[in-house]
Amino acid sequence: MLDAKIPSGPLETKWTEYKGHCKLVNPANKRKLEVIVVGTGLAGASAAATLGELGYKVKAFCFQDSPRRAHSIAAQGGINAAKNYQNDGDSIFRLFYDTIKGGDYRAREANVHRLAEVSGNIIDQCVAQGVPFAREYGGLLSNRSFGGTQVQRTFYAAGQTGQQLLIGAYQALERQVALGNVKMYSRHEMLEVVKIDGKARGIIARDLVKGTLERHFGHAVLLCTGGYGNVFYLSTNAMGSNVTAAWKAHKQGAAFANPCFTQIHPTCIPVSGDHQSKLTLMSESLRNDGRIWVPKKKGETRKATEIPEEERDYYLERRYPAFGNLVPRDVASRAAKERCDEGYGVGTSKQAVYLDFADAIVRYGKIEAGKEGKPDLGMDEIIALGKEVVKEKYGNLFDMYEKITGENPYEVPMRIYPAVHYTMGGLWVDYELQTTVPGLYALGEANFSDHGANRLGASALMQGLADGYFVIPYTLGNNLAEEIYSKAVETSHPAFEAAEKEVAARIEKLMSIKGKQSVESFHKRLGKIMWDKCGMARNKEGLQQAIREIQELKKEFWSDVRIPGSIDEMNPELDKANRVADFLELGELMCQDAYNRNESCGGHFREDFQTPDGEALRDDANYMYVAAWEYKGEHEWTLHKEPLVYEVVKPTQRSYK
Amino acid sequence: MEHYNMNLTVKVWRQKNSRAQGNFESYSVKNISSEMSFLEMIDVLNEELIVEGKEPIAFDHDCREGICGQCSMYINGKPHGPWQANTTCQLHMRAFKDGDTIVVEPWRSAAFPVIKDLMVDRSAFDRIVQAGGFVSVNTGNAVDGNSIPINKDAADASFAAAMCIGCGACVAACKNSSAMLFLSAKVAHLALLPQGDPERKTRVMNMVAQMDKEGFGACTNTGACEATCPKEISISNIARLNHEYLRAGLTAEK
Repeated sequence: MLDAKIPSGPLETKWTEYKGHCKLVNPANKRKLEVIVVGTGLAGASAAATLGELGYKVKAFCFQDSPRRAHSIAAQGGINAAKNYQNDGDSIFRLFYDTIKGGDYRAREANVHRLAEVSGNIIDQCVAQGVPFAREYGGLLSNRSFGGTQVQRTFYAAGQTGQQLLIGAYQALERQVALGNVKMYSRHEMLEVVKIDGKARGIIARDLVKGTLERHFGHAVLLCTGGYGNVFYLSTNAMGSNVTAAWKAHKQGAAFANPCFTQIHPTCIPVSGDHQSKLTLMSESLRNDGRIWVPKKKGETRKATEIPEEERDYYLERRYPAFGNLVPRDVASRAAKERCDEGYGVGTSKQAVYLDFADAIVRYGKIEAGKEGKPDLGMDEIIALGKEVVKEKYGNLFDMYEKITGENPYEVPMRIYPAVHYTMGGLWVDYELQTTVPGLYALGEANFSDHGANRLGASALMQGLADGYFVIPYTLGNNLAEEIYSKAVETSHPAFEAAEKEVAARIEKLMSIKGKQSVESFHKRLGKIMWDKCGMARNKEGLQQAIREIQELKKEFWSDVRIPGSIDEMNPELDKANRVADFLELGELMCQDAYNRNESCGGHFREDFQTPDGEALRDDANYMYVAAWEYKGEHEWTLHKEPLVYEVVKPTQRSYK
Repeated sequence: MEHYNMNLTVKVWRQKNSRAQGNFESYSVKNISSEMSFLEMIDVLNEELIVEGKEPIAFDHDCREGICGQCSMYINGKPHGPWQANTTCQLHMRAFKDGDTIVVEPWRSAAFPVIKDLMVDRSAFDRIVQAGGFVSVNTGNAVDGNSIPINKDAADASFAAAMCIGCGACVAACKNSSAMLFLSAKVAHLALLPQGDPERKTRVMNMVAQMDKEGFGACTNTGACEATCPKEISISNIARLNHEYLRAGLTAEK
């Protein structure tokens, strides 16, 4: 079932060879080929714009009120590219190697190498679009460091890199809309994939304003619908981020790969109470300058600023001297959990650690004092100068922190704790980003391919744009070249009719339950099961229990959920119910996958598989494969394994010491 | 930070759809923590309404971290509520005290018709961008990112304008419902960069024409937009827009 279609030949020439030999579609034929793009984040907007430029007839869909609001907009820290502008030893190979290693040797070499190869083009493209990246005084692009690397290859626009990149892609998309090459459907949610003769040929979408179902034909369907972190209820994802499109595809035959690979981001604002609706990330870029610590004394009651230096445990610097505060996310998250579980946590909940900028403020202050030729300034003046520098670098993040917590992070250290942030798993795709359903593709976070078991910071933006701008235009053409004789199918075709009927029946069923409990309350309960038993640490018994609990919860949902309002109107509760129903099924598969993988790797940490000093213990002999699950029926999946073959990198125990 | 709980009265604009007549409804909410965000307070109210068998309040929101620009409501007559440089989703309940009455309304502008309750249709902004808010460069044509150095001050000023989140608070705050701050931010973002230079004349002319077509009002320089903008987009962008427009009008060759 799984043919990854990886081109033959040496790793560094695979993509070049592929591009040199893939089939092309001539411009006259492109005009006859229709492509559906679902989702308008970095992957979707870049794909829709680029395919529109090439001349395909594109329809793009998003559930938000404008394509510009897709959740890529919230990415903060930056985007990686192997430009080596800093002359610090970066190269395509090194970006490739860091990504494979960071992913704990669970990603495909060929895909990752291609990602590193096109990374530089992305920066060029974005600059050409007018993305205002941070620059140095000489007018050239500025870089900073991110976790899991020892070079400076991250390009950024203050703490709003995702916003600026998405606005770039959005503007390119709107240009194609104006030219008539792309038709945009905002406030639309995809609720089914339509297959004809085994191929994806369109979608059923719901107009969220009118509540009506629509049929849309496409010679190919691209899902660019992001990750499924909201299965945990609390995550850094947007409230609307959901798995529905990917899940419908899965139930239509697309294998779901490595669903248990979830990224828990180490630096988020901690939960403050039961009312919490989402968690807010504090960018990884803060770990460039912030130092993470907890008190050395258990149950410490003094304020952070009253605890003297020698009574602080900078546990990341202690445990991982080579990378210090810039270890990868999975490592940093587990280390924070370990300290809190041991009783060293801070804040009222004791589920937090400090992220402290006091040192950085003084360091920058001294540099500024030096620049201004005032080496003998007093400490207060140095601190004032340092705060200005920190403000320029991270001002928006500090403001956000203060608004949420009411504390001033320039004066007291931030309190942070890990939170669900990204999902490395997703729809299984081959080298061409095609799922196991012909004609159905998955791009960006929605697919599984590039980050293995742990994603490095600033690589999500890179992957989304790589897939949309530089990969899919080639790989889609290679497949659509065969379709030039296929006429567009009328949406009166029985397959469309049947699919629409099924969607309508499901919605009617949901509305007819008229139970007592709200959609939100089910979502919260699912989230708690997932976080407690399939979160940062997992074990065999817990996962078995979670599967049972989720199955029960699903039953309860389908017999007692209450959805007010009606079908034929704007009904946000119904929209949510559609999504939560899918999360309930996905959650079970995630636990299943985590249960199957008897090893720890990257973000997947099984307590029963760890080294004596608490690091993840991989089992390459038995688990060096992609777990691709095929849907068979309710609570039933078949596991297919795609072996991971490392021709260039030699997998070793990951060490950041 | 000290926490406290409060009981509140929330007066909300309810409107079934774009054709229906709307009206205010009052609700009382109890035991609201000062640590909650404003939207979490509405979540609590909505959960209560659902349990009571009533329809919850529809409102736009998504990222809840102040960047997607989707949340959009007047809170006590002010777009995004009482805090400076803030979005509704980042407003926290410590801004209020026990016993307060809070009035919540959707954006009021002919160009932003109400869809339901607090949700409005802001697709006019997308159409303004379609009229020219881009650089016409297809994927794959780019030269190396460092081949054109850009003066840091210009890049920073461009970024400051590009921070606009397209929420529409500027329109909501303006007595004329003018979209000039939104439009000027886009024009300035691109005009300040060498990449945006080749199209700067047509861009500004076309975007202004589209804005007028959408039914936004004229700018009378009262500055309410700048005072309300959650991203502190400067009104000096409007001066730049006027400069660009004049320059384009005087030197246009077509």
